[in-house]
Amino acid sequence: MILISAYCAVLLSFASGLLALLMNRRDMLLAVKRYAVKTFFKAGHGPDWLGKNLEEQRFPPFLRFSVFVLLGLSGVFAVLAGLGVLIGKTVITDQISLGLPWLPWHVRFDSLSGFFFLIIGIAVSAVSLYGPGYANSYDENRHPFAVLGLFTGLFVAGMLLVLLADDAFFFMIAWELMSVASYFLVAFQHENPANRRAAFIYLLMAEVGALAIILGFGVLAAFSDGFTFDALREAKLSTTWAGIAFMLALLGFGMKAGIVPVHVWLPEAHPVAPSHISALMSGVMLKVAVYGLIRFCFDLLGEVHWQWGVVLLVLGAVSALGGILYAMMQPNLKRLLAYSSVENIGIIFMVLGLSMIFMANGHPQLAALGFLAALLHAFNHALFKNLLFLGAGIIHHQTHQLNIDMMGGLINKMPKTSMLFLIGCMSISSLPLFNGFVSEWLAFQTALQVDVLDNGVLRSLIPVAAAALALTAALAAACFVKVFGLIFLGLPRSQHCEKAHEIQDKGMLAGPSLLAGLCFLFGIFPGLIIGLINNVAGQLLGETLPNDAALSWLWLAPVSSQQASYAPPLVLIGALIAGCISFWYLRRNPATALRTAETWDCGFGGLTSKMQYTSSAFTMPFRRIFRSVWIIDERIEKDMQGAMNQDVAAVHYHLEVQDHSWPRLYEPIEHAVNRLAKLVGRIQTGNIRVYLGYSFVTLIIMLWVIS
Amino acid sequence: MNWLIAILQTTLFVALAPLLAGWVKCCKCRLQNRKAPSLFQPYRDLIKLTNKQPVVSEQASWLFIKAPYIIFSATVLAATVVPLIAVDLPTSASADVIVMVGFFAFARFFLALAGLDVGTAFGGMGSSREMTISSLAEPAMLMAVFTLTMTASTTNLSFAISHVLNEGLVLRPSFVFALAALVLVAVAETGRIPVDNPATHLELTMIHEAMILEYSGRHLALIEWASQLKLMLYGVLIANIFLPWGIADTLGAQALGYGLLAIIAKLAVLSIFLAIAETLFAKMRLFRVQEYLSFAYLLGLLGMLSHIILEAAR
Repeated sequence: MILISAYCAVLLSFASGLLALLMNRRDMLLAVKRYAVKTFFKAGHGPDWLGKNLEEQRFPPFLRFSVFVLLGLSGVFAVLAGLGVLIGKTVITDQISLGLPWLPWHVRFDSLSGFFFLIIGIAVSAVSLYGPGYANSYDENRHPFAVLGLFTGLFVAGMLLVLLADDAFFFMIAWELMSVASYFLVAFQHENPANRRAAFIYLLMAEVGALAIILGFGVLAAFSDGFTFDALREAKLSTTWAGIAFMLALLGFGMKAGIVPVHVWLPEAHPVAPSHISALMSGVMLKVAVYGLIRFCFDLLGEVHWQWGVVLLVLGAVSALGGILYAMMQPNLKRLLAYSSVENIGIIFMVLGLSMIFMANGHPQLAALGFLAALLHAFNHALFKNLLFLGAGIIHHQTHQLNIDMMGGLINKMPKTSMLFLIGCMSISSLPLFNGFVSEWLAFQTALQVDVLDNGVLRSLIPVAAAALALTAALAAACFVKVFGLIFLGLPRSQHCEKAHEIQDKGMLAGPSLLAGLCFLFGIFPGLIIGLINNVAGQLLGETLPNDAALSWLWLAPVSSQQASYAPPLVLIGALIAGCISFWYLRRNPATALRTAETWDCGFGGLTSKMQYTSSAFTMPFRRIFRSVWIIDERIEKDMQGAMNQDVAAVHYHLEVQDHSWPRLYEPIEHAVNRLAKLVGRIQTGNIRVYLGYSFVTLIIMLWVIS
Repeated sequence: MNWLIAILQTTLFVALAPLLAGWVKCCKCRLQNRKAPSLFQPYRDLIKLTNKQPVVSEQASWLFIKAPYIIFSATVLAATVVPLIAVDLPTSASADVIVMVGFFAFARFFLALAGLDVGTAFGGMGSSREMTISSLAEPAMLMAVFTLTMTASTTNLSFAISHVLNEGLVLRPSFVFALAALVLVAVAETGRIPVDNPATHLELTMIHEAMILEYSGRHLALIEWASQLKLMLYGVLIANIFLPWGIADTLGAQALGYGLLAIIAKLAVLSIFLAIAETLFAKMRLFRVQEYLSFAYLLGLLGMLSHIILEAAR
C-alpha cells in the first residue's frame, strides 16, 4: 500500500511531464476527440466540458492547470507514502525489471527515504498550487510550456526515484535524471546569455559531482560482490579506503548540496530558473544531496570516523558563515536566497558532523540528537526557503523587479504577500515560535554535550563551531531584516513598485500560505515532526533520543528535562497574554486614538525615496567589519563641470562584491584546463596525412601488444 | 501556587524596571555634579506618554503600529525566564536561556523593521547599526552563557543558578571570562556608553534612538519600558548567575522577602558601577565598536575553552 502510493507519486509526476507535451498538439487531441466521440457516443456529442476546454482560447490554461493537478497529486501521494513508512517504521523492498535484463532495479523504501519523500511531497504540493498562475505569465512562443512542464515532471520524478533506489546503478540513473532535467529548467529562459552560462556551469559541476559519486560507489563495490546497496553495506573497507570513499561522496554530494567552495553553481543557477523551480531546487534538490550523503555515510559505509565529522563540521561552519555573509551583499533577491541556502546547508552539515563525532566516540544517543537536529533543519529549510522563493516569484510577477534596491513600500500594496514573506523571514532568522528556531535550538543542545568527549581537539573545536553557529544565526537575522525592510517597508524606490498591487491568483497565494502555516505549526508543535524523525534515527542509527519519554506535543526536552526544555505552546500563550494586556490597557482611552501626520523631515521638507537606506548602505558596517571575506570593488566617481572643473554635477557610486572562490579556485583550474587543451592541440595539425600516421602507429602498437 | 509566584515575579520585574533606570540616572547625575531627578521620574514619564495622543507617520504600515506591543511582549517573555527572586519556578522550565536570547532577537527584529518602516534615513541608519552591533553581541552573549550552562550541564537558567548556589564560592577562571564578556555585551545591548548614548539625539552617533525617532505616545512608552526592562534583565542575569547568593530556593514568604531584598541590593550596587563607567568613559566611534564586541566574543570563547580544558571532569 505504502509502496504503491510511492510509485503513484513517481508515475504521476512522469504523467504530468508527458501531459505538458500535449501543449502544442491541440489538433491531435481534437482528432482523438472526434474519433472517440464517433465510437463511444452515438449522438455525436462528447461530454460538454471536454469540448469546451479544447477550444483554442481555453486550451492552454486548462492544460497548464491539469499538468499541475497531476503534479500536486504526485506531491500528495509522496506525503502519504512518506508518512506511512515513517509512522509504520517499516522497510519495504521491491524489484522492478527495468533497465538492462540482468540488472533489475532494486527499490527500498525505509524511514529515511520516507522522511525525504515527505519533504518533497510538501514542497511539490505547494509548488503545484502556485504553478498554474505563475506559468501563465510566460509568453508561449518564447518560453513554451511544454518544455517547462515536461522537465518539471521529470525533475520531480528523478528526485523521488533517487530516494527509492537500492542499488548504485538505479541511484545514478535517477540522480542523472534529476540533474539533467533541472539543467533544462535552469536554461529555460535561454535567450539571455547569463542564463546559458549559469546553466552550463550547473551542468558541468553536476556532472563532475556525479563522477565523484560513481567513483565513491566504485570504491565500495570493489570490496563487495555487486552493486546493490545490500552488498555495499557488507563491504569491509580498510580505514584508508573508507576515507577515500567518504571524500569522494563528500565531493559529489557536497557539490550538489552547495558546500563552500563548490557552491558557485548555486547562486548562478537558482536565480535564473523560474521561481517555482528555484523553490524546488533550493528547497528540495539540495536536500536530496543531503539524503545521498546520509545514505552513503551512515548506512552504506556503516562505521563512521570522527575525523569525517571534523571535516563536515569545518566545511559546514565555513559554508554557513560564508553563505550568509555573501548573501548579505547581494542586491538580487533570488541570488540572496540562493546564498542563504548555502548557509543553511552549512548548518545541516555542521550538525551532521557533530552527530558523526558523537557516533564515532561511542555516544549513539547524542549522535541521534545531532542527526535529528540535522534532519529537522533540512525539513524546516525546505519549508521556509520554498516559501521565500515563491514569495520572491510573486514579487517579481507583480513588480518585474528582483533588485531589492529598487523596491520598497510593498507592505501596503501587497498585504497578504508581505505577511507570508514576513513569516518566512522570521522562520529563517530562527526567531522563537517559528520552526527555524527549534532546529537551531537542537543544534545548540547537541554542541553543548561536548563535555562527554575525551579528545582534547574535539573538546575545543566544537565550542568554536558553536560560536560560528551563533554568529551565523545573528547574521541571518540581520540579512533578513534587510530583505524584508527594503522590499516591503519604507517608500517605493521605483515606478513599478509604486504601481504594484496584490496578486489576484488564489493559487499563487495558497501555495505559500500552506508553507507558512506549516512553518508556524511546526514552530509551535515541533514534537509532531520530531517524533517522526526519531523513528528515522531509530531505524538508521539503531538509537533514538536519550529522553524519548519527554517527546510530547507540549514539551521539548531532548536530553533530559533537567538539562533543557522548551515548551513553545506555553511561550505562545505567554506572548498572547502579554501582548493582549498591553494592547487592551493602552487603548482604552478614546482621547488617545492615533493621529496621522507627515513623517518628520527635520524641517527641510520633502522626504524622497532616495533618502532611504539602500541595500549597500544597510550592509556597509558589515562590509567594513568582515572586509576580507569578499573582494570588494567600491568606487565613487564624480562628474565635474563649470569653471576650473570644480563643481560636482553628478556622483556615481559603483560597488561590486565578489566571491573569493572564483579567482582563488576556479580561475586557476580554468587556466590549467586551457593550457592542457593547448598542449593536446599541438598534435592536432589539421593535416589528413598526419592523422593517418597516428592511426597507423596506433595500429602497429596494438598489433604488437596483441602478439 | 508556583505559577502564581512566577507571575508575581514577572510583574515585579516589569514594575521595577523603571525604578532601576531612575536609580542609574540618579547615580550618574550625582557623579557628574548635577542635580538628580526623582527616582520615580521614569514612571511619571511613562504615565505622561501613555496619556498622550500618538502621532503616526502617513507612510507607516500596520507593522509600525503593532511593533511596540510585539517588542514589549517579547521582552516581558524574556523576563519570565530569568529568576529574579526565586529559582525553580515553572516559567523557567518552559523556556531556557537560548530561548531567552531568542526573545531578545525577536524584539530586535521588529524594532529594526519598525525603524525601516517610515522610510527616513534615520530609521535605516539606526536599524543597520543595531543589527550590526547585535549580530556581534548575540554570539558573544551565547558564548558567555554557554560557559555557565556547561558548568552546570543544563541550559535551564533556574537549574544553572541552583547549581552555582549549591556549589558555594568556587573561583573558576571560566566564570571570570564569562562575566567580563557578559558585562561588555550587556553594555552594548542595552545601548549604554561607550557603545551608544541613551541621552543623545545627535544624528551621527545615535543607534537605538534613531530607530525609535518616529514613535510617540503610548508606542514610545512601550518601547522605552521594554528597553528599561532589558537593562534590568541584563543586570539580573549578571547578578544572579555570578553572585546568586540571597535568591530564594524555597517558596516561603521569608525566603522570597530575602530574595527581593538581595536582588535590589545587588542591582543597586551594579548600577553604581554602570554609572561610574558611564561617567568615566566617552562614547566610542561606531567602527571601534566591532573591536570592542569581538573582544567580548573572544572572552566568551576563552571562557568556554578554559572551562573545557581546565575545569571539566573527564
